[in-house]
Amino acid sequence: MNELVFFINNVVVAGSVTGSIYAIGAIGVTLVFSIMRFAHFAHADMMTFGAFMVLLLTMAFPGAGAVVGLPTAVVMLPLAMALTALLAVGIDKAFYKPLRAHGVKPIVLVIASLGVTLILQGLIRLFAGTSSQSLYIAERKEIYRLDLPFELATRPIIVTEPQIILFILTIAAVVGLHLFLNRSRLGKAMRAMSDNPDLARASGINTNTIVAVTWVIAGGLAAVAGTLLSLDVTFKPDLSFFLLLPIFAAAIVGGVGHPYGAIAGGFVVGFAETLAVFNWTVLLRPIAHHFPEWLDLPRNLAFVGTEYKIVVPFFILVAILVWRPTGIFKGKVI
Amino acid sequence: MPLLEARDVHGGYGGMNILNGVNMTIEADEIGVIVGPNGAGKSTMLKAIFGLLTVSQGEILLRGEPIHNLPPHKLVQRGMGFIPQEKNVFPSLTVKENLEMGAFLKPNSVKRMLDKVYGFFPPLHEKRHQPAGELSGGQRQMVAMGRALMAEPEVLLLDEPTAGLSPLYMNEIFERVKEINAAGVGILMVEQNAKQALAIADKGFVLAAGQNRFTDTGAALLADPDVAKSFLGG
Repeated sequence: MNELVFFINNVVVAGSVTGSIYAIGAIGVTLVFSIMRFAHFAHADMMTFGAFMVLLLTMAFPGAGAVVGLPTAVVMLPLAMALTALLAVGIDKAFYKPLRAHGVKPIVLVIASLGVTLILQGLIRLFAGTSSQSLYIAERKEIYRLDLPFELATRPIIVTEPQIILFILTIAAVVGLHLFLNRSRLGKAMRAMSDNPDLARASGINTNTIVAVTWVIAGGLAAVAGTLLSLDVTFKPDLSFFLLLPIFAAAIVGGVGHPYGAIAGGFVVGFAETLAVFNWTVLLRPIAHHFPEWLDLPRNLAFVGTEYKIVVPFFILVAILVWRPTGIFKGKVI
Repeated sequence: MPLLEARDVHGGYGGMNILNGVNMTIEADEIGVIVGPNGAGKSTMLKAIFGLLTVSQGEILLRGEPIHNLPPHKLVQRGMGFIPQEKNVFPSLTVKENLEMGAFLKPNSVKRMLDKVYGFFPPLHEKRHQPAGELSGGQRQMVAMGRALMAEPEVLLLDEPTAGLSPLYMNEIFERVKEINAAGVGILMVEQNAKQALAIADKGFVLAAGQNRFTDTGAALLADPDVAKSFLGG
């Protein structure tokens, strides 16, 4: 039974955490692609920016969380989302909109977004320094231990407070997005523009408004994803390096331009990562005495070492592009 | 004052002129039909009216006010509707959502207009929760026309509404065009099925090489032996 608990802690919980973060990141990438038809590489840095805003706000008002009984970082999140949305709209106005007005090819926008990535990374480092910082400043990270009602299970399932917040926020974000896209006038117009931009224009839909709304949502969600990751681990200025590849893999695995695909893709990549670094010896040990003698169970039986975790999304990406380039949900082929 | 008037319109794509001086006039209760050989600039003229390409010379007036080179969403606000020949629905949106998008600028009149459009096209009501991309060509054309009607246009521009449809659907579409016109919407459409289209037309414009070749009532053009010989296949 303890092996099962170990599995739940290290795969189910850890995979859901990573999957949620990738899913929320990938939704932003996929929305931007579906409206503007380019891969926005600066998305991961918008996530870092959002987390950095939370860090700054938390340092400015360290006691704010105690008033409502939540971590200060979570209380500051809505404000950080607004700031990141503002940044996203501003970046679009300053860099992408003039290019679109010239009718450039999508690849030009992709290159421009690489430039924006470098600018953002430089700026964040300039102000945040290079070291890791916890978003828990004046508080302690609560850890919950859930004991299982079985005699053989002596170890508890361990979930931390930020992880619970993360699950709640992910569900809220997904439900909110679903309602927005399917019920609201602007959400439907967004789907219409993704389907057929010319006809959207011919229907009287002001495409500039839709573009702005897309950036607001992408920016807001980026701030959520970045903050959740920083809450779970720590804030690092180079966060985006570790996020860019998995979130793009998630968006492509799910089907580019397909928000629900991005969610599915996020969890596929998240679980693939955690399963790849999981030490299977732990699960095999109880049945090891059934193995023939010459087969010795190694101490660590993981597919890849934790330090090589980043290669997993890369392999998934290659596999998907080779065998099913449209992704799980038949997205657009880039 | 005519509903829609084009005077000596020149224009094209990227410096290449396709239209070399086209003139057209449609009154409020009329159906106008543009016919002519391939490459005559029929669809281009429609796109020029709807602000989808730059008019380099001449002018286009909607109820006497110049509208050339206004962006499409401004034209929709002023009462113009446009139905492209291809890609004229949002395939992943349901039929109802497609129609709602047509009334994007008038959210308060969605309910009333939905009833009206379902009245014109009863099959759409039946299929309202189905994605438009799953419908047949004829039904898709109905969605496209319905979407444009949702904005309560004064004038509707249709680019080859019967292209690729079976004769059965073709007649159906022409019937609906007549009904919509009878409900007070001016119509300007480009058609390949020239004889049938001219038969319901108040005004016909035969274009060739980006200029008016013949301009008359639909009936007169059908009766003209010159038109018949060169443009209607004898």
